[in-house]
Amino acid sequence: MSTLVIKDLHVAIDGKEILKGVNLTINTNEIHAVMGPNGTGKSTLASAIMGHPKYEVTSGSIELDGEDVLAMAVDERAQAGLFLAMQYPSEITGVTNADFLRSAINSRRKEGDEISLMKFIRELDSKMEFLEMDLDMAQRYLNEGFSGGEKKRNEILQLMMLQPKFAILDEIDSGLDIDALKVVSNGINQMRGEGFGSLVITHYQRLLNYITPDHVHVMMQGRIVKSGGPELAQRLEAEGYEWIKEELGIEDETVGQEA
Amino acid sequence: MTVETKLALTEQDIRSFSEGKQEPSWMTELRLKAFGELETLPLPTPDKTKITNWNFTEFPVHTVDSGKFTSIAELPEEVKAVVNAEQKNIYIQHNNTPAFLSLSEELKAKGVILTDIHTAVREHSELVQQYFMTDGVKVTEHKLTALHAALLNGGVFVYVPKNVVVEEPIQVIYLHDDKTASLFNHTLLVADENSSVTYVENYLSTVDHADGLANIVAEVIAKDNSKVTFGTVDVLAEGFTTYVNRRGVTSRDAIIEWALGMMNDSDTISENTTHLVGDNSEGHVKMVVVGRGKQKQNFTTKVIHWGKHTEGQILKHGVMKDAASSIFNGIGKIEFGATKSNAEQTSRVLMLSEKARGDANPILLIDEDDVTAGHAASVGRVDPLQLYYLMSRGISQHEAERLVIHGFLAPVVNKLPIEGVKKQLTEVIERKVR
Repeated sequence: MSTLVIKDLHVAIDGKEILKGVNLTINTNEIHAVMGPNGTGKSTLASAIMGHPKYEVTSGSIELDGEDVLAMAVDERAQAGLFLAMQYPSEITGVTNADFLRSAINSRRKEGDEISLMKFIRELDSKMEFLEMDLDMAQRYLNEGFSGGEKKRNEILQLMMLQPKFAILDEIDSGLDIDALKVVSNGINQMRGEGFGSLVITHYQRLLNYITPDHVHVMMQGRIVKSGGPELAQRLEAEGYEWIKEELGIEDETVGQEA
Repeated sequence: MTVETKLALTEQDIRSFSEGKQEPSWMTELRLKAFGELETLPLPTPDKTKITNWNFTEFPVHTVDSGKFTSIAELPEEVKAVVNAEQKNIYIQHNNTPAFLSLSEELKAKGVILTDIHTAVREHSELVQQYFMTDGVKVTEHKLTALHAALLNGGVFVYVPKNVVVEEPIQVIYLHDDKTASLFNHTLLVADENSSVTYVENYLSTVDHADGLANIVAEVIAKDNSKVTFGTVDVLAEGFTTYVNRRGVTSRDAIIEWALGMMNDSDTISENTTHLVGDNSEGHVKMVVVGRGKQKQNFTTKVIHWGKHTEGQILKHGVMKDAASSIFNGIGKIEFGATKSNAEQTSRVLMLSEKARGDANPILLIDEDDVTAGHAASVGRVDPLQLYYLMSRGISQHEAERLVIHGFLAPVVNKLPIEGVKKQLTEVIERKVR
């Protein structure tokens, strides 16, 4: 079993503090959902874990099985087993999806032990079929000209090909129609198991109808303000966020506001 | 500061060289006339690059003697690497020496000519005289074209007769492995009516440093309804002062496609102009550049529309590292009367270090109302978010940068018409951006 431990994490962007002490522990074989209205710091948490260059961790720690994640470069975090399905994946001209994926897979292997082309193509084809993707998308330039839905599927394709220990899914459901949402959820559910944990960030409960979380956390003002089981997500769906704000005496849930 | 431009060579030296090559009198006269005007002609004035103190006139020796090759198997490894084993139509020049020639029997029978420029001037005198520095580059354009004509010491002549389609590419390799050598090479390619040909030339220095000059001219004459694809990979060593002028002229319905890989390590002034003279003709330019060290380069690409319904496209991608600097001038000019023409251009420059400089200047000069035109230019650095994205999948920063750079150049590299040359260009890029 692997464990990702986030302790009292403070994160700033351009000098402005966004996360103000996040605590969260995720084990493999668990799916955690982080919910909350817009502007409460959910995506910042995702970016800070992966090491986005614009986000500065001002205090706190992130450890993966006791290793200091914050001391690692972005590629080392990925090598250690972290994966972030991004809300806005970059487009890269001239680099095909297939070449990129093969480089990413081989970066985890030793020199001389690269994945064989046949095995790679077999795996890629089967996972693309599973995600109902057009097979010629493998030969298109990475994310270039992809529709919003195609980009999201492509993120899940990478997740399935790379098999990380922990996947953070940053609003993977935004901009997806219901059919695409089912396909993407199937991909994540297929990953579920002993060696896999996930942090699912969303502000719609809808996604959680397809990916049942083990734990649900609510974020407001840059902190996790409430945690519970799947029933918490259902209550949020039925009643919205107002009751939590009342319970905790929060007037404005966005960051920059103090309780 | 002005560099002394007096040549070490005299008129008598030019005359003896011409006699030694048994040139017809028109060629000797052309050389002498050019020589006579050298002193009065000005240097060219590439926009935004000051070249008055560059050395274009001093060089150790006019010609060097180098060995010939009797078979492809005998070629140096660096040359073999860019030649397909089954390459049938190939000319190799070793410094200034015509060193190897092969043309398929089939093409010979159809009247295709592939030969070194000296032999061509002797054996196809009338044909060469008709096109040599007449419609394309003029002898007296400026000091460097005159110098080229006076001192011409190598090159190739390619002629494709009417209605002949050359299926397999013609490859020319200019091998430079003597650092004292200077290259005054002239490529003259004439595609007669309804013909088609793919031609690739390779300037390949296998020494690290050059003491000589490279003053290179290529002229492409595309007659009615012909199609010429002209590819290059230039890899000239540091130390050369390189002036390279590649020019095309299209007749009615003709197409010239340029795919230019400019990988020199020398300071370089490159001029590439296509005159779209005939109605409905097309000129397409794709160029990639990688600059490194303290290289200074200027790439001026022009497409000039004279005929109606002409189509001109310029696409240039450059990568600058270290303290290299490059100017990318793109000029689309539509003359009065060239109605329904279209001039498009895109220049993109990627800078890999703080000291690297790139400047993209798109210029549209339009003297006719009924036309379309467009341009796009960008100069920037590697996007940190692209690197973050690639690295977030486990790819190292070095490999991520490599992917972004190759991707940036791929749209042009992929257009090169010979696999071996494409591979070579990719390898050169790899080596240069490392």
